[in-house]
Amino acid sequence: MTAAPPQIGHGHAPSLAAAGEPLPGWEEIVQTLTFQRGFNTTTVMLGTTLLGIGAGVIGCYALLRKRSLMADALSHATLPGIAMAFMLSAAIGIEGKSMLVLLIGAATTGVIGVVTIQAIHRHPRVREDAAIGIVLSVFFGVGIVLLSIVQTMSTGSQGGLSRFIYGQTAAMLTTDALLMSAITLIAIVSAVLLLKEFALVSFNEGFARVTGWPVTLIDLLMMSLIVLVTVAGLQAVGLILVVAMLIIPPAAARFWTERLRWLVVIAAIIGGLSGYLGSAVSALLPRKPAGAVIVLCAGAVFLISMLLAPRRGVLAQAFHRAALRWKIARDHMLEQLCEQAEDATIPASQVRAMMRRRGWSSLRTALFGSVLALQGWVSRKQGAYALTDRGRDRGQRVSRNHSLWEQYLVSYADIAPSHVDWSVDKVEHVLSDELVAELEHALAVRNGEPAGVAP
Amino acid sequence: MRVDSGGQANRTKAQDRARSVLDARPEHSADSPVSIHAMTVAYRRRPVLWDIDFDAPARSLVAIVGPNGAGKSTLIKACLGLVPMASGRVEFWGQPLRQARGRIGYVPQRESVDWEFPVSALDVVCMGRYRKIGWFRPVSRSHKEVARACLDRVGMGDYADRQISQLSGGQQQRVFLARALAQEADLYIMDEPFAGVDAATERAIVVVLRELQSQGKSVICVHHDLATVGEYFDSALLLNMRVVAAGAVGEVMTQQNLHKTYGGRLTLLSEASEAVARSGV
Repeated sequence: MTAAPPQIGHGHAPSLAAAGEPLPGWEEIVQTLTFQRGFNTTTVMLGTTLLGIGAGVIGCYALLRKRSLMADALSHATLPGIAMAFMLSAAIGIEGKSMLVLLIGAATTGVIGVVTIQAIHRHPRVREDAAIGIVLSVFFGVGIVLLSIVQTMSTGSQGGLSRFIYGQTAAMLTTDALLMSAITLIAIVSAVLLLKEFALVSFNEGFARVTGWPVTLIDLLMMSLIVLVTVAGLQAVGLILVVAMLIIPPAAARFWTERLRWLVVIAAIIGGLSGYLGSAVSALLPRKPAGAVIVLCAGAVFLISMLLAPRRGVLAQAFHRAALRWKIARDHMLEQLCEQAEDATIPASQVRAMMRRRGWSSLRTALFGSVLALQGWVSRKQGAYALTDRGRDRGQRVSRNHSLWEQYLVSYADIAPSHVDWSVDKVEHVLSDELVAELEHALAVRNGEPAGVAP
Repeated sequence: MRVDSGGQANRTKAQDRARSVLDARPEHSADSPVSIHAMTVAYRRRPVLWDIDFDAPARSLVAIVGPNGAGKSTLIKACLGLVPMASGRVEFWGQPLRQARGRIGYVPQRESVDWEFPVSALDVVCMGRYRKIGWFRPVSRSHKEVARACLDRVGMGDYADRQISQLSGGQQQRVFLARALAQEADLYIMDEPFAGVDAATERAIVVVLRELQSQGKSVICVHHDLATVGEYFDSALLLNMRVVAAGAVGEVMTQQNLHKTYGGRLTLLSEASEAVARSGV
């Protein structure tokens, strides 16, 4: 067991080996995943995990406030700030790579970018998506130009600046990781404290304003937290992909819950897990960009959530649709049988002819007939159909709802009787008992008292 | 306000004159839950509301009625500070909005929010308590009990834990009403609470409105259904950019006023207004 995996690793990945990065052995993988790779690696991994948690939490608000793209522009707009901070600190003689200085620079131009979006957006001719696109690309372009200038400077320590674009956890120092963790912690604590206020403003801004909450201030706080997490994540994930940590975990979490509190918790777990796995892979394969791996992990969770989540997932919804279609087909057949002959038996040939008028093929009729018989709605004897008690009940009810709804449409919605049937066919199967009672009531009132006074 | 081209002196004189005209208008009573004084609202220089003066009577149910685009919603939004006024003044019980906020309950239009938001009906109603709860604190059990009682009052007690997107339109409207009730206000301002609701909701809202009135509260509703104005409300404000008429429903809802409010668009509505006239209010 311990000997085999390295063999597989070397045997099956010649291209990687050729690229000078052999796949790690099994023991090394376990060591990394259990935080036994030395103090620095452990700190970086824990820090990145925390970053994932923080981005997941803050991302929930960005998602609900529909600010996800704004966060993307924000992260791209940090690049000129990083470059300028580096140039400035080199000029006045501070250690150019002081992380705090660079991050302050990043935050500054990031915020300027957001303010610019708002300013452009205020102009009636430019929509918000266009404003975001403009700011994102122009600020990023300025950053790239400044970076190329930095590259020609003679300070010598500028080599690492480009890692802010793609991110690299492996190159992070313990102090970087601690700084990242501290910023993220502040953001998480603030977000948890302000859960109620953020929810109120995101859900119903007008109501928040009327009840006296300082909406602009709360919005500003929310945006600041997004800035904090973005800036904290720059070094580990890189400015191109950091927004994915804000967007993907909440979007995936949204499939699993209908409650804000759980949304925050689940997004935090997904984000944390992605951060942990991403930084582990980066520790094992130092040349693989951690940011990309983190985002791929989150993306995989998103895909699984979208497919498999109960109720909101793609599969669950397909199943519900199929179940509804089956129910409608069943109701049609029972209704037809019931209208033709409530108690008598009907020969199969007559049923086939009857259903053909509804556009059913003989095969379809036979198939549904068998299923109905299996489920006990009809009984079949020598090729003839007869409704069971249960089938008759259902058929009568569908038939009654059908005529109720038809009457309602004609008398209330002013729909011509000749046009009623098609919409009836779709609606009658989803009528709840409550709605049926309401219909009966409405029609009774209509036929009795014309004034329409509620009793 | 027209100004002669005579320069600065004339301009200020004209402004003074305008101001004195405004000041000469009857001062508003502190008893009135809302006094609107010379309010003008414009969107991008296009006036939506023009020189509105209105005193809402205390302890009554007031309907704001008018055609689409008459500025009904804008009027209440301007009163609540959600839309900036070009000029004018609004007072609540003789006080500015800032001091009266705690006494005002608000029901916004149902379409104004995203109902896919991940909260339950009870969570939404609890938002009516947030002002009383204050910054940073979570919603305590006692506040939740109040919210639950408010849901009961609108007949939604059984739906407290439902996600709001799984409620029908009428049920969502009742959740909004319950949230306003949870504010425990003295004045309730509602934007089209009857729009697109089912019969059960309509009855529930009417019952709540009557309860509020019997408790001495005031209610102002934007209302679109002329046929039910007389039945549900005591007073009406007929609005079409300007105030066409205001007062007790019986006096205001006349054929002539409605024609003035709705202009040529009354053809479909004349039948309804005649029904109001016939029902003797």
